[in-house]
Amino acid sequence: MKWLLRGFLAVLGLLVAGVAWWLFAQHHAALPPARTTAAKLQDPQLIARGAYLAAIGDCAACHTAQGGQPYAGGRALPTPFGDVPAPNLTPDDATGLGQWSFDAFWRALHEGVGRDGHALYPAFPYTSYTRVSRQDAFALFAYLRSLPPVRSETGAPSLRFPYDLRASLATWRTLYFRPGEFVPDPKQSAEWNRGAYLVQGLGHCNECHVARDNLGGLPKGETLTGGQIPAQNWYAPDLSTRAHGGLEGWRADDIVALLKTGQSAKGAAFGPMADVVTQSTQHMRDDDLRAIATYLQSLPPRPARAGGGSEVDATALISRGGKLYAQQCASCHGQDGQGVAGVYPPLAGNASVTEPTGINAIRVVLLGGFAPSTAAHLRPYSMPPFAQQLSDADVAAVVSYIRHAWSNDASPVMERDVANYRHTPVE
Amino acid sequence: MSLLPFPRLAPVFLAAALFTGAVHAADASTVPDTLKQRIAACTACHGEHGQGTPESGFFPRLAGKPAGYLARQIRNFQDGLRKYAPMEYTVRGLTPAYMHEIAGYFAAQQVPYERSPVPRVDADALKRGQLLATQGDPARRIPACAACHGAQLTGVEPDIPGLVGLPYDYISAQLGSWRTHTRAMVTPDCMETIASRLSEADITAVSAWLATQDVPPDAHAQPAGSVTPPLACGVLGAKEVAR
Repeated sequence: MKWLLRGFLAVLGLLVAGVAWWLFAQHHAALPPARTTAAKLQDPQLIARGAYLAAIGDCAACHTAQGGQPYAGGRALPTPFGDVPAPNLTPDDATGLGQWSFDAFWRALHEGVGRDGHALYPAFPYTSYTRVSRQDAFALFAYLRSLPPVRSETGAPSLRFPYDLRASLATWRTLYFRPGEFVPDPKQSAEWNRGAYLVQGLGHCNECHVARDNLGGLPKGETLTGGQIPAQNWYAPDLSTRAHGGLEGWRADDIVALLKTGQSAKGAAFGPMADVVTQSTQHMRDDDLRAIATYLQSLPPRPARAGGGSEVDATALISRGGKLYAQQCASCHGQDGQGVAGVYPPLAGNASVTEPTGINAIRVVLLGGFAPSTAAHLRPYSMPPFAQQLSDADVAAVVSYIRHAWSNDASPVMERDVANYRHTPVE
Repeated sequence: MSLLPFPRLAPVFLAAALFTGAVHAADASTVPDTLKQRIAACTACHGEHGQGTPESGFFPRLAGKPAGYLARQIRNFQDGLRKYAPMEYTVRGLTPAYMHEIAGYFAAQQVPYERSPVPRVDADALKRGQLLATQGDPARRIPACAACHGAQLTGVEPDIPGLVGLPYDYISAQLGSWRTHTRAMVTPDCMETIASRLSEADITAVSAWLATQDVPPDAHAQPAGSVTPPLACGVLGAKEVAR
């Protein structure tokens, strides 16, 4: 039996050594405080370029509390593992980036490590930002340094056990993160490469537009195939414009229009994407928007999805939904589901109506809301919320109807689905 | 073999086909280019004229309230000073100019006031309510409602809302929400100060008395500058002072 015990101890020893080595490998040094602000950082052109890049990255969306000072942090990003507050990015010495050197900033963006040497939670999407060029990072840093410093302490993340352990984060990073860089594809056009750089890097589109696994990891080798946004319960659709893609049939002009104005001939932005359009994409230059469209149009076709045929006989549900639609919806969206160009979005062929889960249609029917406010639509039209007027069964009926009518062919939704999402928090 | 992929649904398509005659997909020129048409998200609950739901008090009346006050409430929902998820969601993207335009629309609506149900309170409570509303309680540093909301309690332009004509449930809920921090204003928040000095019985009394008052024939807010607020109020331009 002695050999057994010895063998066991040897294995245990190896394990301990492995873990120790691995933890050591994860260790990063704390970086010294910035000495002086380099004169280079004060170049107004550089700062302006950084402001533009910060808009593309939509940094302010997370790094600004509701009603708070821009970039002063404090907004908690909800995740299935707990809330992670976004830190203060203004150059305040005590609570912001005041003591940060550019090297520290670059390491945070590129490697997801804070100035103190601790790994950062991937609620900060360094999984995408790692592809941002050092040059762009420098402009971003110059812009953030130019902001008025705001003293604002950010709370600690409130993660549940075991996600609050440093070792959990180290494991996550080992599984899902490698620092990388954007490598242009010489076979593609400069426009395509610019689009790929923006979408995969600062735009961090894939952070929402792909299904994460149970540990919140992004699947390897799968990009922009659509997924439910954890904790927020909206569905970010697949972005392929080719066969069976979520944006099947979208032209480059449609993509540019949606990102620039919040509306397109194929549908309108709402929920989290409305915020993205209002705060970020509407401020992008036309050449950058076109580059994004070019890149998205190159995404491959997707495998055919199972159609709307479901085991449940939804005939009665859909029939009732059709009557409700005629009474409540057709006056704006049209009996043919075509909507009104520039005013009310079409529902026929609308990616958000036919996305796999039905969540988006359910929540839009319940919440209503304004189309995004953009320079193109300063006084947007709106949809009434139906939460007070329609029961769960009614919403299920009308959503099942619009998912099946016209050219749409998506599965029906059930009353219990509506009940689940009726009270989803909106932040 | 049926031509339709889902033969069970044939009646649905038939019904849809029948309705098609009734409602056409419109083009932009057939949609009224009006603010009223644009703000269906507001009027669905608050009513086409901002009349609210006086019978339940759940959706507040907006009609005739001062425009500055209404615009500020939209802003406060955006900033999370007022907490109500459906309102926060609805107004989150509106620009300041659009907010003011919407506020102006509801401020301009003229809708007769309706009586709302008031819980049974005894005469002493009503008397107490009247005292609080018209004279306050100097011993507990509670100013009279009328000191800010006007002698007629119909409000003061541009930022102070009227208090008469509102349902009991609405008034008591607002005073309660200042105490639970689901409604706030820019600091110094004078209403929070006052609500924290009121007891629950005071809130019932003053809400009941206000809800039983007749609305004067001219229910418009009094002109700007008609009152001198006894407390420092951020919404009226007072700056935060060190406490």
